[in-house]
Amino acid sequence: MSVLVNKDSKVIVQGFTGSEGTFHSSQMIEYGTNIVGGVTPGKGGQTHLDLPVFNTVSEAVSVTGANTSIIFVPPAFAADAIMEAADSDICVIICITEGIPTKDMITVKDYIKDKNVVLVGPNCPGVITPDEAKCGIMPGFVFRKGNIGIVSKSGTLTYEAADQVVMAGLGISTAIGIGGDPIIGTTTLDAIKMLMNDDQTSGIVMIGEIGGQLEADAAKWIKKNNKKPVVGFIAGQTAPKGRTMGHAGAIVGGNDDTAQAKMKIMSDCGIHVVKSPAMIGKKIAEIINLNS
Amino acid sequence: MIKKICLNISQKYNISNRQCKRLFIFVKKYNMNLHEFQGKDLLSRYGVNIQRGYVASNSKESLEIAKKLNKETGTKWWVIKAQVHAGGRGKGGGVKLAKNLNEVVKIADEMLGMRLITPQTSSIGKIVNQILISEDVYYPGPDETKEFYISVLLDRRTDQNMIIYSTEGGMDIEEVAEKTPEKIFYEHVNPKVGLLPFQCRKIAFNLKLHGNAYKEMVKFVKCLYEAYLGSDSSLFEINPVLKTSDDKILAVDCKVSLDNNALFRHKDLVNLRDKREEDPDEVEAQEFGLNFIKLDGNVGCMVNGAGLAMATMDIIKQSGGSPANFLDVGGTADAERVEQAFRIILKDKKVKALLINIFGGIVRCDRVAQGVVDACKNIGNIEIPLIVRLQGTNAVEAKKLIDESGLKVESVILLKEAAEKITEVLS
Repeated sequence: MSVLVNKDSKVIVQGFTGSEGTFHSSQMIEYGTNIVGGVTPGKGGQTHLDLPVFNTVSEAVSVTGANTSIIFVPPAFAADAIMEAADSDICVIICITEGIPTKDMITVKDYIKDKNVVLVGPNCPGVITPDEAKCGIMPGFVFRKGNIGIVSKSGTLTYEAADQVVMAGLGISTAIGIGGDPIIGTTTLDAIKMLMNDDQTSGIVMIGEIGGQLEADAAKWIKKNNKKPVVGFIAGQTAPKGRTMGHAGAIVGGNDDTAQAKMKIMSDCGIHVVKSPAMIGKKIAEIINLNS
Repeated sequence: MIKKICLNISQKYNISNRQCKRLFIFVKKYNMNLHEFQGKDLLSRYGVNIQRGYVASNSKESLEIAKKLNKETGTKWWVIKAQVHAGGRGKGGGVKLAKNLNEVVKIADEMLGMRLITPQTSSIGKIVNQILISEDVYYPGPDETKEFYISVLLDRRTDQNMIIYSTEGGMDIEEVAEKTPEKIFYEHVNPKVGLLPFQCRKIAFNLKLHGNAYKEMVKFVKCLYEAYLGSDSSLFEINPVLKTSDDKILAVDCKVSLDNNALFRHKDLVNLRDKREEDPDEVEAQEFGLNFIKLDGNVGCMVNGAGLAMATMDIIKQSGGSPANFLDVGGTADAERVEQAFRIILKDKKVKALLINIFGGIVRCDRVAQGVVDACKNIGNIEIPLIVRLQGTNAVEAKKLIDESGLKVESVILLKEAAEKITEVLS
């Protein structure tokens, strides 16, 4: 089954002809993602990477039947791009763009609230279902197909986790990078729910970081609804208080958004928490092998 | 103050106080902070009434400003405030009242150049480069003066902006929030329609105002929110908002943080950045596109990606070291960036080892390896052990490149191996 994206996803790229859009589109096409076209306002009618370019998302959807959009539009125009996608029968919007103003994201969240659409990101590495669809900027070869779902706020740490899972002899069902911004579409909890309900996923790796309550919210839900083993790691155990660590949301404010406090909450909720980021793969393999 | 306010929000929204607190810390630290005088200038552009004043950087200017203010406002006394990015200035001697022109000069001389230590600065404090000379607004009149608290910020729980306000402004707000949480109010702004007139009225009524002061407060709140939106701010904190003895409403102090991501549409506000308020190494790193934070440990690190960078710091700690910095080199770890990163990290003589941890995705490990080799050669003698962990795209080629470079570099592929190497070189 897998979640969010699969071999049946028909994907359009917003910001298709820009340098980021072009580079990552060719990578995604090479991976085998079913990219059906792209959108760049004013360049409709052209062909780019052997695919049609459209002026609007709605035109792209009506011609190609696309149901998924990945966005590489620059930050100043990205909020508009998300709302355009949400208005055009797209079901899954993945926004890679980093640096969207908070005010714009307030408008976006309000706009998509009543629409039947899932937003992943912004400021995220995207979503990958190995051997089916890579809708993101991750290195595809790291993600071998399997039964472990990954949810993470961070890009390279997701690759690290996937690499360890694969080295431990397992594989990935779907990996979801939710992004590190203050306002994001899909939360840790949303992603966990999807993976819990996915037939292909038999275990979950949940990677968080200091700051916010997303991991705690997810942990509390897992405690009540646990169906599958979850391994958790929180980055930033050594982060100083009051400093933003790269991601806008990654900052220790009080005592229970420290890595230690989050790890305790997760542990109390039945999640298998690892202290060392080098142990993620080993731990999930241990538990999966124990259960099988 | 923020801490205690959170207690109330958490009670109201049934979330933990600490969860709530981080929401504030986030806006306080991530964004570009303005000085009080810059913030007030911004507010008054949107029609928010402020305590009038001008900024000075020497005592001669201060004297001229004091005379000018006397002419413009009739003020007989002057308030002199140190302009640094830190709260609690009054507690450190950064806010003083001058009752005559001689005192203005005396206080200006004392305050300028001093290291101001407040509960929010480090123990060495912050150098005062500028002072704000303001009119005295606590003059006697027909009615009593009254102080309020008003702030505007993003509530991450609801993804909406929110106005927090209280009848009890000024220095004692922390205590008020703890002892009498019912005196703290919240007003969320619906993004579809914005702040509505009835909400402004409600705020003024809840602050128990009437007559002219009520009218002024309605306008004050409306203009304040417009200023917040118009400047793409992340935080406005006005404490105190003063009702004067003749029923005017004005901002006596203000803390403004701008959303860094929105600065592209506020070219005028970009110029307000005062780099003197920031760590010089961090400013230098930023100029090279490096996201760097100085820490106090003995193992430096250079990583791509913020999450992996934090995880790397954790593994340093677990291996018996302690991280000397946070450093995210971003997507392009080329020779120039690697070299700059090295130079910044190596400035710190406490650093006993350096760990490079790159997970190559789009960025190819062999390119990074070449960058490391070139940087080492350019810098010359790096005397501390260098551990390079490159994994991902072309990791094997990268390891070969480093191993054959003739440099004294430990190269590994697994994170676990990197951890073991740290323990080894530190012992």
